[in-house]
Amino acid sequence: MHNRFAFVVGLAVLAAAPWLGAYPAFMMKLMCFALFATSLNLLLGYVGLLSFGHAAFFGVAAYVAGNALRDHGVPPEGALLLGAVVGAALGLVMGLLAIRRKGIYFAMATLALAQMIYFFCVQAPFTGGEDGMQGVPRGRLFGVLPLDDDLTLYYVVLAIGAMAFAFIGRVIDSPFGRILGALKENEARTVSLGYDVDRFKLLAFVISAACAGLAGAMKTLVLGFATLSDVHWTMSGTVILMTLLGGLGTRLGPALGAVIVVGLETRLAAFGTWLAEFTRIAWFQGLGESVGIVTGVMFVACVLLFRRGIVGEIAQWLGRRERTRARLSGHMMQSDAS
Amino acid sequence: MEILGMPLQAASGQLVLGLMNGCFYAVLSLGLSLIFGLLNVINFTHGAFFMLGALFAWMGTNYFGFDYWLMLVIAPLSVGAVGVAVERSMLRRLYKLDHLYGLLLTLGVTLIFEGLSRSVYGVSGMSYAAPDSLARAVDLGFMMLPAYRAWVVVASLAVCGTAWWAIERTQLGALLRAATENPRLVAAFGVDVPRMVSLSYGFGVAIAAFAGVLAAPVMQVSPLMGQSVIITVFAIVVIGGMGSIAGSVLTSLALGVLESLTKLFYPEASATVVFAVMALVLLVRPAGLFGQSK
Repeated sequence: MHNRFAFVVGLAVLAAAPWLGAYPAFMMKLMCFALFATSLNLLLGYVGLLSFGHAAFFGVAAYVAGNALRDHGVPPEGALLLGAVVGAALGLVMGLLAIRRKGIYFAMATLALAQMIYFFCVQAPFTGGEDGMQGVPRGRLFGVLPLDDDLTLYYVVLAIGAMAFAFIGRVIDSPFGRILGALKENEARTVSLGYDVDRFKLLAFVISAACAGLAGAMKTLVLGFATLSDVHWTMSGTVILMTLLGGLGTRLGPALGAVIVVGLETRLAAFGTWLAEFTRIAWFQGLGESVGIVTGVMFVACVLLFRRGIVGEIAQWLGRRERTRARLSGHMMQSDAS
Repeated sequence: MEILGMPLQAASGQLVLGLMNGCFYAVLSLGLSLIFGLLNVINFTHGAFFMLGALFAWMGTNYFGFDYWLMLVIAPLSVGAVGVAVERSMLRRLYKLDHLYGLLLTLGVTLIFEGLSRSVYGVSGMSYAAPDSLARAVDLGFMMLPAYRAWVVVASLAVCGTAWWAIERTQLGALLRAATENPRLVAAFGVDVPRMVSLSYGFGVAIAAFAGVLAAPVMQVSPLMGQSVIITVFAIVVIGGMGSIAGSVLTSLALGVLESLTKLFYPEASATVVFAVMALVLLVRPAGLFGQSK
């Protein structure tokens, strides 16, 4: 109930955002990464599988969508669909291989497979190698609606993002999602109940990869380019950080984490300049170049200090307060009775 | 003389190069398995410690005029000390948690180390000269063997052999293996297990730094040199499993050689061949070549 309410409020705020002074282009970038992090969360937060290779789905879909839009005249809705399909197909292959190992080996296997895909993208001619794929046109939605205007595209992206977000929420709430939760808590017992856990894991992996692919394709549509950094393993690390920072296994956490991480990356240079003036330490001048250090510090802080993430810690705090209140009112009722 | 259409000189040169890379992989995967066995942590920072070893060697020589041999001792010791500090201050709090958090914490530490070195040294590689005594080639009749490459292979295998001997054949190693199985029981016998864990972590990363110093003259010294190496080592660990020292050393050497022979016959695939082998192994022998499934 809380979640649905938050979703509707969030949607209303996002729909009004361009009129309240938010830059549509920046907001669209945030939404793409929010969807990316939410797709990872389906796997990491609800199944307990650490995929260290999600950049592969995101990045390859970004390239494929860009190629379709620019060189083959595919309309935007087709390119987005293609991105999701490519993500799903890649997820199926990677999932089939990686799910054969458990725990930490799974994470290492996904990382290594994604690295292989990265090297493939470095060499493949259609990606443009180090230069990346530039100048991708936005085209016309359904052949009618031109998307060149940022505001038009904003509402399209918002609609698609909201649908994908709602879809992931629906998957989590479905009977299928319950079984995923069961296998996260106790895989052996889920097996003993007669479930073929590997197939459930694989399906979750494919859904997650498809959504990551959709996010990647949408990113190309919005920004008009796709580069090697989309497929690089640091992108997989960044999206894990977004999910962890916002809260593993919370509905809204990963989106919030994405907003914080992307916002910080964008504002870091300005912040560094301010710090350098304020503290008179010249080193901060270069903070904009050192996104890695800041990302690393956030990782360490999250893991050591608040593993539940921002939304998770708040939910925990609210829950504790509610329990205390319930206990107090229980006491009062007892004293009334006596 | 030719092998498969390749001149023998080129083929054997490439073979030695592959063996040398395999040696780096071997030392790194050995440390990774040692740390995983005892701490239950997949140490992503291993690549950064490898890089720090090389970078420390470069700094020692360029700033203080220390020679290669001295840095071969100092760099691993100082990196080992950094490792112990990382273990005591951060990793120690995570042992009871899911593996995931160890991997993510060490990933964060990696990003910090690499980012800091990058903010000082940039991303372009710096060259580091091999010591004069090794900067020559030995004529073996069928090939010219660069002495430095031979030294790398000998030194790395000596490190692996010593580690194997220490873990499998000494009293300390027996305690270490016991602590891997059941740390509480070993602690009950009066062994200071936390200290042993710290020192093992320090040792594991010190040999990574040792490999880094060995690599400094043959790779470009750069803050990013550890990144791709560590991911390849992860793939090797998935292929070989972390159960046996001999197994992981053998897997590393074989894949190093395979990688470099691919460079000779089909250069486009040389970057991906290790990962392709991993995919194949996952397909036919999911538990890994030497591993028990865990």
